[in-house]
Amino acid sequence: MTVTGYAAPLTDMRFVLEHVVDIGALAALAGFEHADPATVIGILEEAGRFFAEQLAPLNRVGDVQHSRRNDDGSVTTPEGFAKAYQRYVDAGWPAVPFPPEYGGGGFPWVVAVAMQEVMTAANMAFSLCPLLTQGAIDMLLHYGSEEQRETYLSKMVTGEWTGTMNLTEPQAGSDVGALTTRAVPADDGSWRVTGQKIFITYGEHDLADNIVHLVLARVPDAPPGTKGISCFIVPKVLVAADGSLGPRNAVECVSIEEKMGINASPTCVMAYDGATGFLVGEANQGMRYMFKMMNTARLSVGLEGLSLGERAYQQAVAYAAERRQGQAPGASAGSAIVDHPDVRRMLLTMRAQIEALRCVAYLTAECMDLAARHPDASVREARQELADLLTPISKGWGTDLGVELTSIAVQVHGGMGYVEETGVAQHYRDIRIAPIYEGTNGIQAIDLVGRKLGLRDGAAVTELLDAIAATAAEAIGAGDDLNVIGIALDGAQHALRQATTWLRQASADGRHDDVLAGATPYLRMAGVVAGGWMLARSALAASAIQGEATFTDEFLAQKTVTARFYATQLLPQAAGLLPAVTAGVEDLAAARF
Amino acid sequence: MNVIVCVKQIPDPAQVGSLDPTDNTLKREGKLILDESDSYGVEMALQLVDTAGGGEVGLVSMAPNDEMSGLRTALAMGAAKAVLVSDAELAGSDALTTAKVLAAAASRLGDIDLIIAGTESSDGYTGTVPEQIAEVLGLPSITFAKSVAIDGGTLRVNRQTEAGYDEVTCPLPAVVSVTAGVVEPRYPSFKGIMAAKSKPVEKVTATDLGVTPVGWAGAGQQIVEVAAAPEREAGEIVEDDGDAHLKIVEFLDKLKVI
Ligand SMILES: Cc1cc2nc3c(=O)[nH]c(=O)nc-3n(C[C@H](O)[C@H](O)[C@H](O)COP(=O)(O)OP(=O)(O)OC[C@H]3O[C@@H](n4cnc5c(N)ncnc54)[C@H](O)[C@@H]3O)c2cc1C
Repeated sequence: MTVTGYAAPLTDMRFVLEHVVDIGALAALAGFEHADPATVIGILEEAGRFFAEQLAPLNRVGDVQHSRRNDDGSVTTPEGFAKAYQRYVDAGWPAVPFPPEYGGGGFPWVVAVAMQEVMTAANMAFSLCPLLTQGAIDMLLHYGSEEQRETYLSKMVTGEWTGTMNLTEPQAGSDVGALTTRAVPADDGSWRVTGQKIFITYGEHDLADNIVHLVLARVPDAPPGTKGISCFIVPKVLVAADGSLGPRNAVECVSIEEKMGINASPTCVMAYDGATGFLVGEANQGMRYMFKMMNTARLSVGLEGLSLGERAYQQAVAYAAERRQGQAPGASAGSAIVDHPDVRRMLLTMRAQIEALRCVAYLTAECMDLAARHPDASVREARQELADLLTPISKGWGTDLGVELTSIAVQVHGGMGYVEETGVAQHYRDIRIAPIYEGTNGIQAIDLVGRKLGLRDGAAVTELLDAIAATAAEAIGAGDDLNVIGIALDGAQHALRQATTWLRQASADGRHDDVLAGATPYLRMAGVVAGGWMLARSALAASAIQGEATFTDEFLAQKTVTARFYATQLLPQAAGLLPAVTAGVEDLAAARF
Repeated sequence: MNVIVCVKQIPDPAQVGSLDPTDNTLKREGKLILDESDSYGVEMALQLVDTAGGGEVGLVSMAPNDEMSGLRTALAMGAAKAVLVSDAELAGSDALTTAKVLAAAASRLGDIDLIIAGTESSDGYTGTVPEQIAEVLGLPSITFAKSVAIDGGTLRVNRQTEAGYDEVTCPLPAVVSVTAGVVEPRYPSFKGIMAAKSKPVEKVTATDLGVTPVGWAGAGQQIVEVAAAPEREAGEIVEDDGDAHLKIVEFLDKLKVI
């Protein structure tokens, strides 16, 4: 297999979409009638082929060539990127999930997420440009004025223009409230934005004619901290009333970073020097707006762990079948390393967690769709809460696993894994950013224990735990192979319940430092259990449809193998994390650094 | 300008295939996809219709179990309509029966100016169906086209040969087979996929077409022997000490490719 070897895991994706989540039921909702399962699968097949054939081969090129800043402030992306981006736009893929009013395809978010999985696996550095554009679109869809939407949205939905999100400043990273970029009103109703932003993904590039920067800044007399943040549209090129492009705005990329990975994605220092900006929504509401749209962006970043895990897994499996070394137990001659039990453990550890991640990510997206579209308000509310709970888990657990999975793939390759030639080391370097940006995983954990456990005074998380317990009971009742899965899941669910109760109590007692101390092990625990829950559902579904023609018996039988391995050998980690969650802050506070 | 393209739907070559042990034919039960070597014909047909400024691309395909995946890809690329022949009785059809079926199916799509096929399928490689279709329909046939142009009522083809190409012409309507890789097939667009859902696909059987299935037993061809492909041999690495180009020339000369 070459270093570009990646094929979209369409059969698996389809299984999850049809039998773990339910795209058939989504298609029954008003507005999604055209998104019947057959059409969705057709779209994923063609998009998957396009991404695998056109973007995957550019992944290594991008890693080697990097995006480069030229002396005039322009940025040149690696060879082939501009052409690939143009083809991506021409094919109409950017538009799939967005509203038809702005030229979108009106498909459910879960379909966008499945497409994103493949695009990211094919080329993570490339995928960040559409990803940031999507975030900007989301913001304008929710909070832009009608005029702003008309001016910018349709061009962004097609992908003709791209978008960026400008939060970070040197002194304002996790603490966005510390930002100092200023905006002052101009006579014509627009604003003048001045300040410096750092780490801006695709802040400058040669893929599109215009870049719509969304910039967080403070207006005069804004309250301090997050309550005084406003959001501005600052186009790279100003747009005339008739939609044509006018003069360059006073925004410039002053440098780009040399990084550990995602080298093709330009990470820019942006200087705004009295740049013309347009206020989105109301002043001082920027942080509230960001929170509203954070779920989709965080889920997308969580997905990066899945994508690169899958890509690295495909390479590891191929390498393990090819590389001959040593003699496996019972073999009469030399063996391919895939025959060694320890290598099989590595591969199955990857596969089980990849499948668990896929289920959790797609479930989170399905919750977002139901929260947006279900006719019953109580269902909408419950699904919104579940999405809110699952989002930090998808982001934090997903990206931590991304690092672990790609690391295992390097290990499967032995010394060749450490050598760049095999391409597997790149995935490990590329994914390392994902636990950091879009809210560090530490911040995700704090969000989970601080904000999300308290949803509906704890009832939301209790309902989730009850749903997990119900799946466990179902599996126990199903007997055979499923029985052990159910028993393991029930044990893990109890541990998570205990941890949850402890944190809720600590919170009620005002021991916030204890809660913060347990945040990261709790998020991990929640991820491990959510994964076990979803794999149990996957095994139940596989046994229910055994014999149907769409999936081979072998494929369905493997679902049980994977779920059983996860339940009996990975899921016990959950109980092991309980002491870390409930230890409190004492030792952490006592330690001297 | 109405162009018909014969498209075969085949097992995904990326998956390991298997042969039916009773007659050594390829198993085709699972999901099928558009044969890549037919995607060139579809692209060529779309370009010809585009250049002509009017007309349509129609598709004909014979496949088991009402298989539509490959047809859907070609419809999403821009073809307007299709006839799908799916009939359990046709399982194991030889090249000649296939040609009769496709010829009859093509005739259901109205006036034809040109029929395009791949020179050979990627899963069967008999490489005789296009010429047999021409014979069945009484049309002229040109094989191994690397480029195709229409000039009034005349078909102009650059026909690939070992040494280069021949310029060949014939009157329309005609049948032409195109070699793989001569054009860059477009990817179906999102809009194309959505539009394909409502394009007409007529499903017919052998009886509808008036063709008598003969099965593998009555086939005019036989698979005499099956042998495993030789293991891929280790490549030869040429170190460049300044004379690498000479070594490469020598190597290619040995292979008789230059
Ligand atoms: C490649 C790349 C691309 C990026 N793209 C963008 C972009 O497009 N737009 C944009 O605006 N930003 C972007 N960023 C910035 C990114 O979002 C920030 O780096 C991230 O939010 C972390 O901020 P920081 O780097 O200042 O780290 P810090 O906030 O200094 O964090 C350092 C460590 O302290 C921990 N920490 C900080 N505060 C707390 C707390 N209150 N409680 C507990 N732990 C805490 C963190 O978890 C972390 O482990 C990008 C960064 C990189 C490297």
